[in-house]
Amino acid sequence: MTALLEARNINKRFGGLEALTGVSLAIRPGEIYGLIGPNGAGKTTFFNVLTGYYPANSGEFLFDGARLNVNAPHQVAAAGIARTFQNIRLFGNMTALENVMVGRHVRTHAGVIGAVLRTARTRNEERAIHERAYALLEYVGIAARQHDLAHNLPYGDQRRLEIARALATEPKLLALDEPAAGMNATETATLRQLLVRIRADGTTILLIEHDVKLVMGLCDRVAVLDYGKKIAEGVAAEVQRDPAVIEAYLGGVLA
Amino acid sequence: MRVKPNSLLARWQTLKDHPALLWIGVALLAVALLALPFALASVGTTWVRIMNLAILFALLSLGLNIVVGYAGLLDLGYIAFYGVGAYTYALLASPQFGIHLPFWAILPIGALVACIFGVLLGAPTLKLRGDYLAIVTLGFGEIVRIFFNNLSQPVNITNGPQGISRIDPFRIGGFSFNQNETLLGLNFSGPVKYYYLLLAVLLAVVVINLRLQDSRIGRAWQAIREDEVAASAMGINTTRVKLLAFAMGASFAGIAGGIFAAIQGFISPESFVLVESIMVLSMVVLGGMGNIWGVILGALLLSFVPEILRHTVEPLQRTLFGRSLIEPEVIRMLLFGLALVLMMLLRPAGLWPSKVRKRELTE
Repeated sequence: MTALLEARNINKRFGGLEALTGVSLAIRPGEIYGLIGPNGAGKTTFFNVLTGYYPANSGEFLFDGARLNVNAPHQVAAAGIARTFQNIRLFGNMTALENVMVGRHVRTHAGVIGAVLRTARTRNEERAIHERAYALLEYVGIAARQHDLAHNLPYGDQRRLEIARALATEPKLLALDEPAAGMNATETATLRQLLVRIRADGTTILLIEHDVKLVMGLCDRVAVLDYGKKIAEGVAAEVQRDPAVIEAYLGGVLA
Repeated sequence: MRVKPNSLLARWQTLKDHPALLWIGVALLAVALLALPFALASVGTTWVRIMNLAILFALLSLGLNIVVGYAGLLDLGYIAFYGVGAYTYALLASPQFGIHLPFWAILPIGALVACIFGVLLGAPTLKLRGDYLAIVTLGFGEIVRIFFNNLSQPVNITNGPQGISRIDPFRIGGFSFNQNETLLGLNFSGPVKYYYLLLAVLLAVVVINLRLQDSRIGRAWQAIREDEVAASAMGINTTRVKLLAFAMGASFAGIAGGIFAAIQGFISPESFVLVESIMVLSMVVLGGMGNIWGVILGALLLSFVPEILRHTVEPLQRTLFGRSLIEPEVIRMLLFGLALVLMMLLRPAGLWPSKVRKRELTE
């Protein structure tokens, strides 16, 4: 099977610090792929390189059969990779619905002239944006709060809203940066259901997560980063037994 | 949306449910606006002129509102685009080069030239954020003014500090905007005619602003203002969308500048100094950033109050003390400072803020 996303030999340095060293990995279409590792292992750096926020020093990404242009975040979004942020970044003073409507930006076209003349085409597009945004709020289960300001939503709902907004860009790959961080057990359980459903509906997921229980139960395959290097990759249960992984997490060889 | 029963919004919604009432309100406002110049003219033609300048400033403020209010970019050199529009008109419709193009041809050219200047300034600088952008735009405004001042040598283009005079008024065929005409027993003086023209332009600009605010582009601007990093993750090309705001704001200023040149008949670099940029920005901030009606209110207040002071303070001092103790200009600046301090304390989001801006500043 050809990979949906293939990272080839990604290197990223911050001054003297090697944040990513020769990281290569391949995500197959339709899977939930976990990226784990101790704090500071380079998971978020990898995300930021992939989504165009940091330029890589070397290496390249292949996405959906073509070379991915990672020069600017908006190009990555247009190519079909949507991301969420570790510390939620919503448009706080816009309503939940408006947040998702912004997510439709990259798949819609109305410009200044269309907006000013309010042509039939613009009006239809605007209606479609509105309907799609509402449908996505229903999909993640927060449609009842569509008119609430994003920053007034409870924490768990903010995480869901961020996912709905990312889905609005019609991604082929949804990249989630610690979506369960700070969630309680119930919220994590509903998040898991949501992710399973998103995958079932045809979106591949790349997941950075600290919650090992969530990762192990949910991900088809897992890669482990430590000090910027990939130290293991494979089915979750195998990776869990890998001595290198155990060493990375617990420090030192267990005799 | 939870609506407080007696809030302005609730009243607006009940008004919306009664279209007849709404239309009566609109009709009354329209009649008032149409009758206004005659009421002002009965006090003195000066007041019609002041009203026209106030509308010009409202146009400028609405243009700047796109840049500052919608896209959240602090531009301290905005008056430069006004100047570019004014000089474009002056050079193409005065004895300076002996060119006399009709106004309806020059105004779009002026808008385009100002727009190009906006892009020239914006393209390299819009990567800067906040204060840094403000500093660069401030410098740009000064550079443009200095060019106006010095482009009289080696080739005389702008006529330097003397400025350009005898600029053509607006003219369509035999109908000129600066002649008196009597129609149906009403005296239509030059300023009155310009008033109607400005009113029409203002209406068009308001409609453009309203529609932009509520569009895909308007949402993109708001998203950038809220969180630029997240906006780019949504596929918004932040540089391009910001540049668009800059270019649009500049075009409006270019049109306003052209009308200004025609009304005054004379322009010089003095009209485009930094203080004017700050004045326009104050109008936007005082009225309420991001809210069209607030911005217009701010422009009208800051245009009229100083004039009213000019006409009352000095006579008042003469009758009280027999001579003028404090210059009106000094009092104006004192009151201006006082107003700004009071605003910061009492209404940081402006007199008539946009809902969103109010939330940003109070929560």
